[in-house]
Amino acid sequence: MFEILKRHEMADGTVVMNEISAPKIAAKARPGQFVILKANETGERIPLTMADTDPKKGTITVIYQVVGKSTALFRGMQVGEKYQDVIGPLGQPTHLEKLGKVACVGGGTGIAVLHPITRALKEIGNYVYAVIGARTKDLLILEDKMKAASHELEVCTDDGTYGHHGFVTDVLRDLLERENIKLVVGIGPVPMMKFLCKLTAEYGVKTLVSLNPIMVDGTGMCGCCRVTVGGKTRFACVDGPEFDGHAVDFDELAKRLDAYKEEERMAYEKFMKERQAG
Amino acid sequence: MDEKSAKKEKIPRQPMPEQKPEVRKRNFEEVPLGYDEETAIREAQRCLQCKSPACVQGCPVSVDIPGFIKLIREREFTKAIRHIWERNSLPAVCGRVCPQEIQCEGMCILGKKDRPVAIGNLERFVADREREHGTGDLPPKQHPTGKRVAVVGSGPSGLTVAGDLILKGHDVTIFEAFHKPGGVLVYGIPEFRLPKEIVYSEVNFLERLGVRLECNVVVGRTVSLDELFEEGYDAIYIGVGAGLPRFLNIPGENLIGVYSANEYLTRANLMKAYLFPKYDTPIVRGRNVAVFGAGNVAMDAARTAMRLGAERVRIVYRRSRDEMPARAAEIHHAEEEGIEFHLLTAPKRFIGNESGRVTGVECLRMELGKPDESGRRRPVPVEGSEFELDCDLAVIAVGAAANPLLTQSTEGLEINERGYIVADPETGKTTKRGVWAGGDIVTGQATVILAMGAGRKASDSIHKYLTWGW
Ligand SMILES: Cc1cc2nc3c(=O)[nH]c(=O)nc-3n(C[C@H](O)[C@H](O)[C@H](O)COP(=O)(O)OP(=O)(O)OC[C@H]3O[C@@H](n4cnc5c(N)ncnc54)[C@H](O)[C@@H]3O)c2cc1C
Ligand SMILES: Cc1cc2nc3c(=O)[nH]c(=O)nc-3n(C[C@H](O)[C@H](O)[C@H](O)COP(=O)(O)OP(=O)(O)OC[C@H]3O[C@@H](n4cnc5c(N)ncnc54)[C@H](O)[C@@H]3O)c2cc1C
Ligand code: SF4
Ligand code: FES
Repeated sequence: MFEILKRHEMADGTVVMNEISAPKIAAKARPGQFVILKANETGERIPLTMADTDPKKGTITVIYQVVGKSTALFRGMQVGEKYQDVIGPLGQPTHLEKLGKVACVGGGTGIAVLHPITRALKEIGNYVYAVIGARTKDLLILEDKMKAASHELEVCTDDGTYGHHGFVTDVLRDLLERENIKLVVGIGPVPMMKFLCKLTAEYGVKTLVSLNPIMVDGTGMCGCCRVTVGGKTRFACVDGPEFDGHAVDFDELAKRLDAYKEEERMAYEKFMKERQAG
Repeated sequence: MDEKSAKKEKIPRQPMPEQKPEVRKRNFEEVPLGYDEETAIREAQRCLQCKSPACVQGCPVSVDIPGFIKLIREREFTKAIRHIWERNSLPAVCGRVCPQEIQCEGMCILGKKDRPVAIGNLERFVADREREHGTGDLPPKQHPTGKRVAVVGSGPSGLTVAGDLILKGHDVTIFEAFHKPGGVLVYGIPEFRLPKEIVYSEVNFLERLGVRLECNVVVGRTVSLDELFEEGYDAIYIGVGAGLPRFLNIPGENLIGVYSANEYLTRANLMKAYLFPKYDTPIVRGRNVAVFGAGNVAMDAARTAMRLGAERVRIVYRRSRDEMPARAAEIHHAEEEGIEFHLLTAPKRFIGNESGRVTGVECLRMELGKPDESGRRRPVPVEGSEFELDCDLAVIAVGAAANPLLTQSTEGLEINERGYIVADPETGKTTKRGVWAGGDIVTGQATVILAMGAGRKASDSIHKYLTWGW
């Protein structure tokens, strides 16, 4: 179990896709849910959203950005190697509803999380506008898949190397002006989600975001993943990870994500040094 | 030495050799070192072999205490452990963590005039000796019945059910949400109080008997109870523990460095954060630590923080010393290690800096008023007594509640108003046919031995059901 069946690097090797054998999870997973992976005995429990599942083959697909020691360790794992532990499906599935016109907005690896939700929203009969963005052309992922999963797709890059020059929020503003959008799903880095929610609040459009706080167990046992939503403490692993973006305290989330910055930097540097030496 | 001369000599209770406080407060090795054979025999000689032993009445699973103590006296250590196993399948664990002072030892007749027999230390001795020098023989198993039982959760109650039913010839599979088995024994109780080796050796014993163990399965998410029945399980036991952290619900609780005890202890124990960066999971290493609560969990968190390098660790508790729920031995160990106790003190709000890290906690002094529903005198705040305690790490250890993950996703399982599963106290039967429950998910956070006792009753009932029907 948990063998890597496919591996593929994207965005200049900073983003990696793994297709993993996990039949029980594949059979159960719904869009919006995540798994927790642990590479080996000494590894950390790392939550990643399932970008795809294939119940027939018994596989799940994760797409992750290499940001620190654990994801760097994951990147080193080749086809045929196994994750020691994969736990899931965790979290609440996306609440899917036929509403009419909807916009799915993704940034960076958030696009991987957004993809199955986009596809599902289209499948149940919504008209789906997708807007995806990256810092630069080479870092953009899943363009083809997002095209297939939506009715209309717009691409943005911060530096203008591809598609619209600017942020996804610029494109979204035009859409909100032009179309009668009933729902926005926005997934990406915390600052992006924060500004996106500010924007949609101006237009009074319901907005879902998927939050990525630090987690340990993923089953509501530890309280590590707590986020403030509408003034109340919620656990992202069991109450989320999706929440009403207009009620989320993004500043608190951003701070909590930095809890182990120092430790993480130290672990990463040590890991890279050992890798070079060995 | 025969019994009579032993009595004449008045053997004192044999002290447990321990690591010195100054040394142990900076390492994660076990604190009590265990009796050697001669010390164990000497202690065993103190037992009066009472005709109607009060100690046994104090034991929730009725271990034949004088019986096994007599065997120690006769140097029949292997027979002694076999004798305990008849009633208690986790003696190495119970010998370490049971609150003997209010159970068996609390009732021991010797305790009236002198100090009671060190029953816990003796139980631990025979269990350890068997693990280290035993034959490893497996107890005999009944013929296979062809019935399949699923046990959800691998804490002490689930392990007990699995052990009982495999011996009765049923096919048993344990499903555990975490990546390692043992429940609170591995994620909560620290290494220095219960080495994880011991828990794994107990689990390994069950596996050798034929129990299948599937970790990483969150029942209610990965698979539902009804799906387990569809897969062909004939009976299901739920032993998922309490597992929902309680917070203080005061401002500033989401600052970095404010942990639930569950998170703090899980990072430290299960994820081995004390070995970071050899292990990848980080933990905040506070210099100045405040722990809220005064139960075993609070003591464990405080002593862990000390071992992770704290300069100062304070237990903050809103009642007085008499009401502290932790075991006397644990309070004593904590004090020896330099943990400070701030009693009659309640937190009001956490204070943080601009990067969102906790820097202190505003507290209030308390007075004890009239007794409340729990029979304990209710703490009342002293007006205007606010003061600030500095801290860069805070751990909230004020109890656990029922985790709703499994119950919410299961139809036909009645829960009470506090979210615990309703189960018959004599049999463990729930309102759902073919489903039993026991341990902390039924009683709320209790003790290892009570969870095991509930498991034992349920396994008897499950066996009856599999043999004769509901
Ligand atoms: C529900 C959920 C779904 C996610 N889905 C994806 C996904 O599909 N693709 C993807 O690239 N990333 C996803 N993430 C984020 C991913 O888990 C983190 O990037 C990863 O844990 C970083 O680990 P690291 O050791 O490599 O980096 P580190 O150097 O340890 O940390 C870098 C940053 O990652 C975050 N982080 C660290 N540890 C954890 C942890 N245990 N849990 C959550 N965040 C952590 C922190 O913000 C930290 O500052 C998701 C997170 C959550 C909670
Ligand atoms: C820090 C701490 C210290 C303690 N010290 C003592 C002590 O000194 N003496 C004493 O007697 N008692 C002590 N206790 C209490 C004692 O540990 C518990 O009463 C006992 O462990 C309860 O056993 P249990 O089998 O009901 O559940 P638990 O030990 O809680 O085990 C439940 C298991 O079920 C798993 N699980 C939960 N949900 C699911 C699911 N949906 N699917 C699959 N698996 C699931 C959990 O991961 C866990 O492994 C302490 C508790 C803590 C937290
Ligand atoms: S009550 Fe004390 S003295 Fe009597 S049998 Fe039990 S342990 Fe021995
Ligand atoms: S990750 Fe532990 S409660 Fe959510």
